[in-house]
Formats: sequence, C-alpha cells, structure tokens
Amino acid sequence: MTHSRLRSTDVLVIGGGLAGERCAIEAAAAGHDVVILSLVPPRRSHSCAAQGGMQAALGNCIMGEGDNTTLHFIDTVRGSDWGADQEVAQIFAEEAPRAVRELAHYGVPWTRVRGGKNRYFIKGAQLEIDEREETDGLMMHRDFGGTAKWRTCYAAAGSGHAALYALDSEVIKLGITVTDRAEAVALIHDGNRCWGAVARCLRTGRHFAVVAKATVIATGGYGRIYGQYTTNATINDGTGAAIALNTGVVPLGNMEAVQFHPTALAPSGILISEGARGDGGYLLDKNLRRFMIDAEPGKQELASRDVVSRHMMRTMRDGHGVETPFGTHLWLDLRHLGGHHLETKLREITEICRDFAGLDPARDLIPVEPTQHYSMGGIRVNKDGHAYGMSGLFAAGEVACWDMHGFNRLGGNSQAETVVAGRIVGEAAADFASGTSLNVNTGVAIAAVRSAERHAASWLARSGSGPDVYSIRDAMGETMIDKVGIFRSGDQLQEAVDRLLSLLADCDRAVLRSKVPGMNPELSFALRLKNMLRLAVVTAMGALARTESRGAHYRTDYPLRNDTNWLNRTLVRWPESASEPEFTYEPVGPIDVPPGFRGYGRDDQLEMEVSVDQYNKDVFVRQATEGRLESREPAGSRVRWGEWQEHV
Amino acid sequence: MNKARGKTPRRLTFQVFRYNPQDPESNPRMQSFELDEAPYMTLYIALNQIRETLDPSLQFDFACRSAVCGSCGMMVNGRPTLACRTLTSDLSDEIRLHPLPVFELIGDLSVDTGKWFRQMVERTEGWIHTQRDFDPAAPEQRMDDDLAQAIYESDRCIECGCCVASCGVANLDQDFAGPAGLNRLARFMMDPRDERTDSDWFEVVSTEDGVFGCLGLMACHDVCPKDLPLLEIHAYLRRKMLTTKLA
Repeated sequence: MTHSRLRSTDVLVIGGGLAGERCAIEAAAAGHDVVILSLVPPRRSHSCAAQGGMQAALGNCIMGEGDNTTLHFIDTVRGSDWGADQEVAQIFAEEAPRAVRELAHYGVPWTRVRGGKNRYFIKGAQLEIDEREETDGLMMHRDFGGTAKWRTCYAAAGSGHAALYALDSEVIKLGITVTDRAEAVALIHDGNRCWGAVARCLRTGRHFAVVAKATVIATGGYGRIYGQYTTNATINDGTGAAIALNTGVVPLGNMEAVQFHPTALAPSGILISEGARGDGGYLLDKNLRRFMIDAEPGKQELASRDVVSRHMMRTMRDGHGVETPFGTHLWLDLRHLGGHHLETKLREITEICRDFAGLDPARDLIPVEPTQHYSMGGIRVNKDGHAYGMSGLFAAGEVACWDMHGFNRLGGNSQAETVVAGRIVGEAAADFASGTSLNVNTGVAIAAVRSAERHAASWLARSGSGPDVYSIRDAMGETMIDKVGIFRSGDQLQEAVDRLLSLLADCDRAVLRSKVPGMNPELSFALRLKNMLRLAVVTAMGALARTESRGAHYRTDYPLRNDTNWLNRTLVRWPESASEPEFTYEPVGPIDVPPGFRGYGRDDQLEMEVSVDQYNKDVFVRQATEGRLESREPAGSRVRWGEWQEHV
Repeated sequence: MNKARGKTPRRLTFQVFRYNPQDPESNPRMQSFELDEAPYMTLYIALNQIRETLDPSLQFDFACRSAVCGSCGMMVNGRPTLACRTLTSDLSDEIRLHPLPVFELIGDLSVDTGKWFRQMVERTEGWIHTQRDFDPAAPEQRMDDDLAQAIYESDRCIECGCCVASCGVANLDQDFAGPAGLNRLARFMMDPRDERTDSDWFEVVSTEDGVFGCLGLMACHDVCPKDLPLLEIHAYLRRKMLTTKLA
C-alpha cells in the first residue's frame, strides 16, 4: 500500500454538481480541508444541463406580485401529493430567496425585470403587461407548472450552466481540491459511522481511499436505470445512492417516486425545458388540438409534470398521437412565441431543436414524449442531510430523499434545492467535522481498498461464455420503461421484479470481452451495473408494494391516492447477506397543510382515518426508530404551524 | 436530417485514433470500424455502437449527449467539434476521428480538458472579485437586463476545448490563455459585480499570454459549437486594452 492510495481530509464531497459544490464551499468557508470527487470535471456535471431555473418567492414581476415563501411552501406540498416532509418543504421555501441572491453575488447573469411594457403569453392569450419601473433590474420570474405565482428565476434556458460555472469559480477561488475522473465505489464504515470512501480513478483504473471526518454524497439521480429512456446524462447511474444502499444499514426513501418529464425531444430523449410551456408553449395532438385545455381547464399545459405526462400518455393511447417508425409522439408548439423570444429566453431549446432534430421552433412543431427525468427518492436523510442510521454520512440534492418533493417534484424546485440543501447540509457536515477527530483505523480503509480491487479483479478473471454487460443493461432499461413507467400495475410490476432479479443473477455470470489495463471502459461499466440493477429492483419492488396512486407513482389497479393507508414514506434497506431488500414505512413527517385537492389532477382520494393531530403525535418517535439521527435543531422546530391558512 | 430513411443504409467506415498510455503494449495507430448508418445517427450513437459491438476497449467521453456539457470535443475529419451533436448524415461515408490536440491524452479519443481549464481559470482568476460580503437579508443588486444578456452571451461557453484545439497559438504555447480564456476574461470585465480595475485587467489581458498573443487567425470563431462571438470578444478586449493604455 503506497501513500498515494490513502488520502485524508476533513470533509469529503462525492459529486461535483451544484449540490456537491455548494456543500464544499460551505465546509471550506468554515475552515475545513475539503476534497471533491467527481466523475467528470465539475463543470460537466449534469447540473449544467438544467435549463428552466430556480423557484424562489421574490415576487419581483407583476405576475409574481404578492408571492411569498408560504405560497411556495403550499405549492410544493400540493405538488408532492402530500408525500413531502412539510418541515423540509418549509425550510426550503424560506431559504430559496437567499440562495438565488447568493448565486447573483457569485456572478450568475440572471434574467432581469424590464420595467415598462412586456409581452407575455398566458393560457393561450398574448397580453401586454406593464412591469413597475421600481422593480426594473431585479431578478425576473417565469411561470412553471403547479405554482400560484410566476416564481422561477432564470438565465435564459441555461440556468443550471450559469449557476454551476458560478459555483465552480468559487470552488477554484477557495482552492478546494477537486479530484475529477474519480468514481466512489464504496463507503468506508463500521456499520454505524462513515469514514470516507474508496474511489476508482477513471484515468488509470487504480483504487484509492479518502478517509474523512464527514462524507457527503451529492451524485444526482439514477435515471440511467431506465436505459436510454431518460433525459439524464450517461453519468447518472445512481452509484452514490447504491453505495449507501450497499452499507446494508442506510435506507433509501421512496425509490418508486420517479418523475417523467412531459417534453423530451422524440426520439432522442433530450430535455426540452418546462420553461417552454411556462413561457406560453402549447401541447398539441396529431390534429393540432390543445388537448390540455379539456384535460385541465384550470392549469392547462401548466399542471404538475405527473399530471401532464399522464394526459399525454392517454392522448397517445387513444390514438391521437403522431405515429412514426420510431414510436408515437405529440407536438410542442412554440411558434407563436416568436423568433426573438426563442433566440433569447429559450435559446438553448432552439439550439437543441436545431442540432438534434433539424427543426426551427419559430417555424416547426417539436416532437415530444414523456421520458424519465428525475428521482424524487434517494438516500433518506434528516433535515440536516444526515443519513438515517449512519453517523458522519450526509447527502444533498437529487441523490437525497430530504424530502421536499414527495411523490412529485415541481419544475424549478430541484435546481433550487441543490443550492439550498447544499448550504444547509454543507454547514451541518462542517459542524459535524468540527466536533470530531479523525480516529479511524487506517487498516479499515486499506481493507476497503483491497476489497474493491479484488472485486474489479474478479470481473477480469472471469472467462467463458456469459452474457455481456451491455445486453444486461439494455434488458434492464426496457424492463423499467415498459413495466415501471408512467402507468403501473401489479401484474406488470411483478414481472419487472422477477426479470430484474434474474438480470441481477446474470450479472454474476457476465463476462468482459476486454481485459485491457487502465480504466477499461467495459470494466468501468460492469462495476456500475450491479449497483444499477439493485436500484432498479428496489424501485420496482417499492412500486409493487405501494397499492395506491400518489404523484408520479400511478397504479392503474389502484387509481386513487390512499391517505388511509399510504400517507407514508417507503424505506428500503438491503442487508449485506440478504438476497432481497427489506421494506419498512415511516410517516411522511409533520403534517401542517392537511391532505386535500392539489388544484389539478383528480379530486377524489381515500381520506385519512386519523386526525392530523393524531398523525403528528408520534411522527418523530416513529422516524427515530427507523434510524433518523438527531438534527442540530429539534425535529419539527421550523414548522410554522397553521400559517398557511392565511394564504389560501 | 434523416437522409437515410427509406433507403438502403449507407455503410460507414470510421478511422479512429487508438492509443492507451496505460498499456505498455499499446502504440499510437489508426483503427478502422464499419457500421450501417441508422436514422438520426449521431457520433454519440455510432461510437457507443462501436464500443458495445466491435471493440469494448475504445475510450471516449460523453455525458449530457445534448451539446451542453462540453465533454465530447474531438477532431472529426480534422475539425474540432462536439461529437454528440454531429449527425453522420452530414458527413461522407468515411469518417476520421482524432482526440483534440493541446490537451493531455487520457486514451484514444479521451483528453484531459478538466485539468487545462482549471489551470486557465486559476491563472486568469476567473471568478467575481469583490470586497463586498454577501448580505443574506438584502435584495439583489440591480442589473439592466440588456447587460445581463450580454454577460450571459459570453457565459455560455461550455469549455469543450474546440477553440483551443483549433488555435495556432495554443497548439504551440501552453501558457496562452486561449480563446476560451480570453472569452472568460471578457465575461468578467463587462460584469459590474467584478471590482477589478482597468489596470488590474491590463496586467492579465495585455500580455503575450493574453489578447496580444493572438495571431488573429480566428479559427476559434469558426469552430465554436456554441456560436460565441469570439471575433467581437477579441476586438472588445484589444479596444479596451488600448483605451486603458491611452488613458
């Protein structure tokens, strides 16, 4: 064991996207030594592909007038279909304005209010609205689905790019160590306490350990378990969530809560931002009819993503989609927005249409279909981002189940979450690191490195005729999109579980065709594959067990939201020796806004049989028995009980 | 678009640069692969197909596959561009692929742009320099929307390295800030939140490694996948340096 294979730091951040970098900045500002591990140079993280913007209740423009953090909180809870932890949603809404302003301080060129006459498209009508001169130059908002006000702050359609570059500049200014092209493959832990991670260098294929007082996982979503049927980047394979699951101790929350974005470009699956509909775009069927007007008279194209995606699927299923040799799609119509708007505020969308479909959105209709987009579920953490059951392990951003999104996330809330949670979790990790010393037995770290090396070597040692890793991946992706997609049923989900478990077994028989030294791309992928399948299995099994419909989880055999039995959060652990994962359930969190109609979608559900007070009585005790660690402030301290009633 | 539909697919030949520095037995060479063209086929699709069906050891980089992350810059028929958005239907049936020059080779078509750009940002101090502390309770500083748009225009650079690879100076001089570096400097110069003075800028920009190192070939402007107005940005920097000196 040479020295370079064992490094140490105060705070290890796994993941160099918005959440990870914001955590790192907070920990470094507190005086800690920080190391970021990233699969790619941080500026290439998938945060850079976030287009639409960040929700923050500044209320700067006329259509956002009267907005406040309580309205943002209520919208977020309704969007979640009451699956969210309402205290976390409250904290998030309160902190979002500070987060977007801080990004402005770091240099994000947010689009600004232009005082005087502005032309907007709202529900199919072009309106001229006078923006107040006194708000000229403040941050502008655009409309997004499921919100009472225009609230999303944006920089054209490249908000994630601008935010990521601003944060990464700050990371470089602070001199934070970034080890890019490195993949964390296992956590170093003793079953109670996490001491860093083992990583594999994607330049050389060599393994090394980074021991740390506090470890933060911020690796984003796991969309690639849906194969190519995702808007996610190729690097969103969920390894961060998987290494937490592989501890056997840390639970993942609500893995069945998977968001499908209504408008991915067909057939490539590249994202077209919700900003396109927020700015007035229409969804049309093959007869160029705006089917969302009848389906959702109130919000039309701007109902929440789960609701719009289901209406689109029904429209296509009823024969109103456009048939092509590559599948069925619907149309997104932006032509009426005009060339100037498309070249400025929706510039990135115009480029994507041109580059990948040869279309000009000022003249052409855009083929779109719903596609996997976001993972509401992830590593279950308390309000500080501290993982259940594992001291010293934190998670932030999409990889975490913090859980402000419940069963459906609102557009503009995830980008904002990355920086809001990044600051809070970074601060909590820094506090934790301050209060502890690095008294880890380096033998434990070295053993973890050796174990990872043996695992990689075992792949290279296999020979003979087994299945190849890419065919297993393709079978996983097809299974997930066909049977664990937008519409789910018990039969299909059972088939999916059986198929995924058999693919998991195939993994152990799979054979590599390339044994080249170095990073070996086939081996690199093989090392991810079993992790991806384990995530796929817990997603499908969670969906099978949840016999109700809530947010993005829609069961055709149980079409109603069931607050009698299912107002809870799925937790799944996979004990080391077990062949299958174990499921438990905990309360969603303290309920302030009681379950009811979301304002879009269906208005019928099975009601709670206990009172809200009864539900709330033992929430924190029950969560503690599931492994929730004590937060720095007491659980529930940030709930502003009943304040929402003044705003509805 | 989609010229292949309804016809017999073209047979494409890819000539790909191969070298794995981690393998003592590997020598730099060109290797040939053949594929049937498919509708909507991009180099992202083609290269993955080559790796998954023909040679699993082939190294290349993709992440977003939607031309926003900048991972997949490579030389396509001698011209630096983003592979993910390059449609095979726009190319002849023989396609030559090389890694970007200037950057350290990791293997085959994969190069270390991350290292190059980090040192560029460090050298040009590519971040907002301000004495003001962030006040969490205060509303944001105002900015005219036209100015925000102008900053955004430069901020859109995705650091893919295509301009650097195309630059005659950057190919010879590792210390040259390169078109992407100069663009980054211009982006912060026009941002009123950055409090660096004209003489601060003069120190960084007006050197042989800065804007006066540029020979004016401007291939960068032609190859930029994001259509950044690099010509105008160079002119802006030179004008600004001149007026600073005259003042």
